[in-house]
Amino acid sequence: MFKIIRDLFRYNEEFAVGAILTIFVLIMAALSAFSPYPPNQTYVVPPDIPPSWQYLFGTTSRGQDTFWQVTFALRNSLLFGFSVALISRVLSLLVGLVAGYHGGVVDRVLMSLNDTFLVIPLLPLLVMFYFVLRDKMNWGLLALIMGCLGWPFDARLIRSVTLSLKTREFTTQSVFSGMSTRQILLEEHLPYVLPIVFATTMANINWSIGLEVTLSVLGFTDVNTPTIGTMLYWANQHSAMISGVWWWFVAPTAFVVMTFIGLFLLSISMNEYIDPRSRLARMGPSVLSPK
Amino acid sequence: MRTFLLHILKRFGQFVLVVFIGINLTFLIIHISPIDPVEASVSAMTAFSSSQPEAVELMRKSLKELYGLQGTPFDQYIVFWKRILVADFGPSLSAFPTPVSTLIGRALPWTVGLLLVAIVLSWVLGNVIGGLAGYYRNNRLLKLVGVIFMALNPVPYYIVAFILLIVFGYLWPILPLTGAYRMNMQPGYRLDFILSVVLHSLLPILSLVLVGIGGWFLGMRALVSNIVTEDYVVYAELGGVSRTRILGSYVMRNALMPQVTGLAIVLGSIFNGAIITEVVFGYPGLGRLLVSGVETGDYSLVLGVTTVSIVTVSTAVFLIDLLYPLLDPRIQAG
Repeated sequence: MFKIIRDLFRYNEEFAVGAILTIFVLIMAALSAFSPYPPNQTYVVPPDIPPSWQYLFGTTSRGQDTFWQVTFALRNSLLFGFSVALISRVLSLLVGLVAGYHGGVVDRVLMSLNDTFLVIPLLPLLVMFYFVLRDKMNWGLLALIMGCLGWPFDARLIRSVTLSLKTREFTTQSVFSGMSTRQILLEEHLPYVLPIVFATTMANINWSIGLEVTLSVLGFTDVNTPTIGTMLYWANQHSAMISGVWWWFVAPTAFVVMTFIGLFLLSISMNEYIDPRSRLARMGPSVLSPK
Repeated sequence: MRTFLLHILKRFGQFVLVVFIGINLTFLIIHISPIDPVEASVSAMTAFSSSQPEAVELMRKSLKELYGLQGTPFDQYIVFWKRILVADFGPSLSAFPTPVSTLIGRALPWTVGLLLVAIVLSWVLGNVIGGLAGYYRNNRLLKLVGVIFMALNPVPYYIVAFILLIVFGYLWPILPLTGAYRMNMQPGYRLDFILSVVLHSLLPILSLVLVGIGGWFLGMRALVSNIVTEDYVVYAELGGVSRTRILGSYVMRNALMPQVTGLAIVLGSIFNGAIITEVVFGYPGLGRLLVSGVETGDYSLVLGVTTVSIVTVSTAVFLIDLLYPLLDPRIQAG
């Protein structure tokens, strides 16, 4: 395990950059535990102070220290993304494994359901959820809703892997030795699928944080919890751009962009590592292609 | 020909399924709500003035009728479908008495136009540059472009639009920021009006393209770098077929199919992107309508925009599916 990571660091630039960015963001989020101010209190520091040694990222018009707000926002956004990813992983594994293994009618029904959820534009639906729930909308509920809607893309991927596992000899062997379908899926197929699930988790966290930011800047979430989106929401509410409090939106934007790029690079480099074809290509195009 | 018809029939079935499930979802969302939309509207309207109890009761009754919330849930379900099939969502409350369908009809062309231009631009550019990058793996410039696209790809639409807004709105104000054309301008097929529309659409389109292009680029580059190792490409190269021809009709032609399928898959999320981009740049499309509907508590408007969004996106996906046989000769010949 350690050796794999070391090799990835050495030979895969995308993995190295992604890992460094992600670790940096994680450290920043972990710092929230040491914040001298509670996340929701306002007017604890003088407002609108530009970045200085005392206030590293300046202070907001609501009298909050931007640095510590960013740490809370990152922590909450990442937690939110992780919860959505967890819920949707369970669903996508369930659909993907069952559809791929069973094939036939089950596969066709599940996949056309899958494609349906792939096509339906989610933002209007999520806005509608907020519209009917209003103040009853909280982060746990939003994570649950998005988890229930965010599985189809990866379910299709998992299905395609299971489809090829099904024809392998060890599956036949397991069937003949009397294992139940549940056992085969969980004990035999799941370990093969897990690396892909891992890679898609990163992509899914990105997806959910992206939607979180989108919904929050519109004010369509619980805006009293600091997340990256709600920070930008409050900055917009106080017209930070016009009043020149640029650090208020530059700091969260910079960190969220780092998060996105970091997780994205990790996910594609892992995907590449898992796929033997691209691993061969990485060893050198000269080996394979005539150029 | 038979496989062609079968393909279309299957895709049409999927289209019907998407619309059916999507609209049922919206019905479900409305009905799991702990908040009664009628009560919400009534209290919003009576908040600033005391009204006669009889008048409030009358209002409540007419709103229930308007929203189709009378009778058992099954009755409501039937009424709901009837209204959607004739695209009648009742009058908008925030722009009373304009019907919601008129508001949507006004907004839809802007959204569709924005999406169409942005998707075509990002798809074509991303695929062409991605194909080149996959074929000429060692080109420095293409590598640099790849790094930039890779950095832009995972950033959500809102952030990119927001950054463009800051850059072109405050740091280097050369482009118009809000609206679809200059204020006080009479719409019409005149040169200055068209120019104004183009100028106003530059920033929204740019932000959609900047985010969208990376996915096509990365996908095409990966596909092409796999295809160039195939035997038939090696054979063509040894046979002295020109490189542009190999890239164009041997390599990219075969990589095109998965990219078209990909377009159908991500269309929904591009639509989400267009909605938020419209809000950032004050573009008069469906996105702004949806958000203003939520902000003013306009129940019929939100319901209408959501339904129309689902139907629009699934129709577009169906149209892409119809395009597919043109690219894949196996379906045509069958």
